[in-house]
Amino acid sequence: MAKSALLKSSLAKKYWMALTGLFLCLFLAGHLAGNLQLIFSDALHFNQYALFMTSNPAVKILSYLTYFSILFHAVDGFLLTYQNVKARPIGYAKNNPSANSSFSSRNMAVLGTLILVFIVTHMVNFWAVMHFDKNMPLQSITVEVMGQKQELYVTTNGGYMPVSQVAKSYEEAMKTGAQTYIEHRTDFYNTQARVKIGEGYKDLHKITVAFFKDAKLGLIATVLYVIAMFVLAFHLLHGFSSAFQSLGLNHPKYTPAIKGFGKAFAIVVPLLFAIIPVYIHFFLK
Amino acid sequence: MSTAKNINITLKIWRQKNAKSKGSMETYKLDNVSTASSFLEMLDQLNEQLVNERKEPVAFDHDCREGICGMCSLYINGRAHGPDTGITTCQLHMRMFNDGDTIYVEPWRSRAFPVIKDLVVDRSAFDRIQQAGGFVSVNTSGNTIDANATPINKHDADKSFEAAACIGCGACVATCKNGSAMLFVGAKVSQYALLPQGKVEATQRVLNMVRQMDEEGFGNCTNTGACEIECPKGISLENIARMNREYLKASIK
Repeated sequence: MAKSALLKSSLAKKYWMALTGLFLCLFLAGHLAGNLQLIFSDALHFNQYALFMTSNPAVKILSYLTYFSILFHAVDGFLLTYQNVKARPIGYAKNNPSANSSFSSRNMAVLGTLILVFIVTHMVNFWAVMHFDKNMPLQSITVEVMGQKQELYVTTNGGYMPVSQVAKSYEEAMKTGAQTYIEHRTDFYNTQARVKIGEGYKDLHKITVAFFKDAKLGLIATVLYVIAMFVLAFHLLHGFSSAFQSLGLNHPKYTPAIKGFGKAFAIVVPLLFAIIPVYIHFFLK
Repeated sequence: MSTAKNINITLKIWRQKNAKSKGSMETYKLDNVSTASSFLEMLDQLNEQLVNERKEPVAFDHDCREGICGMCSLYINGRAHGPDTGITTCQLHMRMFNDGDTIYVEPWRSRAFPVIKDLVVDRSAFDRIQQAGGFVSVNTSGNTIDANATPINKHDADKSFEAAACIGCGACVATCKNGSAMLFVGAKVSQYALLPQGKVEATQRVLNMVRQMDEEGFGNCTNTGACEIECPKGISLENIARMNREYLKASIK
C-alpha cells in the first residue's frame, strides 16, 4: 500500500479523479430529476422535495459526499494540471493538436475551472439562500374567502395558517398581539404557550422563479446558466468515458457502449438542465 | 516509372548549441529536394549545404532508417514523426510536402527529455523506466526452457506482441499535451503482464515502473488519445488501461 502511494502517484490521482467524477455524474442525474419538477410539477411538490433534500439523513450523507467530491475533484485536477504544465517547460513553435485529439480532452482543466466558478455562484444563489438566508419566504397560497383574497401559509402537516395572523418574531407578536409567530425560520409557534404548533415550507420555488424572471437580471442569469451547461456538456463529453479508461476499464466489447452512453449523457443532461431556466424566463406564467 | 519531382522548401529548425545554451528557431532555404527522398535524406542534403557554407550541420538522431530502431524523432509541422500515421520520421517521404512549403522541425519537448543539441534529446529516462522493471528474470545458466513448452493463449500472445512492438521512440511523450509517458510504460507493462513468464514479477514491475516514470517528471494521462494516433507502431490505449488495472491490483495486494 505504502509503496504504491494510493494518493500520490500519477495513476492514483487519476483513479480519484475518475471515482469522484463518476459520483458527480450520479449527482447530476439526481439533481436534474429534482430540477425538472420546476417544469412538470407544482410549487408545493417542489418545496416538499426541497425540504426532503435538506432534512433526510441519508440525503445528508450523500450531500456531504457531493461537497467532498467537488472539492477533491477540483484540488486533484489542479495538482494534475500543475504537474502536466511542468512536464513541458518549452512548448512547440508549431503544434497541431487537433490532428490527434478532441477539443474537450485538451481543455478539461479550463472547462473544469469554469464549472467550479458556476458551482460557487450557483450555490450562493440557491444553496446558501435555502440554508442560511433569514429572509427566506415560506410558501403560501392565495384563496378567496367571501370575495376577499386571503394569504395562507401551507404547513408540512397539510394544514394552513393565515399569513395576516402570523408575526415574523416573538417580539413582533408581543407588540401586535398576533396568536402565532415564526421561530427557527420555518416553525410556527403559539405566542402564549411558546410551543411549536406547525412548520412551513421554505419557498425555494418562489426564489428560483423570481431569480430567473427578475426584470433586470433574469435574462442575464438565464443566458449565463445556458452557457454554463454548454461548458458542462463539453467537460462530460470527454470526462465520462475517460473515467472508465482511468480505472482500467477498456474492453473492445464494452468501451464503444460506454463511449456512446457517455456522449448521450453529456448532451442530454446539460440540455435538460438548460431548458429549465429558459422555460421559467420565457414561458412560465 | 517515377513520378518524383524536385521541390524547393523553407525549413524552420530548432538550433541549440548544447544542453545548457538557449536555442532558437532558424530559417533555411533548401532547393531541389527530390520528392522521392526521405525526410532524413532531405536533412542530410541540408547538412551538406551547411557544411559547404562552412556552417555547423544540424544534429538529429537516426540509426536504422527503416522504422524499427526508435532512434529518429522530430516534431514536424506540429506532429510527432510528421504528417502521416503509423510511421517513424525515417519512413516519412518528401512526397508528403509541396513546392514552396515551410516546414517546422523541432525536438521532442519534455522535461524528462532534455535537448542535448539541436534536434537531439536525451531519452535515457525511458531506459531507467525499463531498468526499474521492464524485464523478466530468467535463469540462463544452461537450463533454459524452450519458449514453446509453455502454452500461451493465442489472444494474449497477440496482445503481448502488439505491445512489444513499441520501439521506445518517445513520440507518445512528444505529442501528449501533458508530456506523459503512459503509452510507453503501458506497453512495457502489458507486454509482460499478458504472458505467464511475466506474471512472476508483475506486482513489483508495475509499481516500480510507474514510480520511476513519475520520478522522471513525465506528465499525467488525460486520455486524449493523441499518443495512440501518433505512435508509429500503433500501440493501443488499451495498454494504458491494462497498466491502470495492473497498478490498482498491485496497490491493494
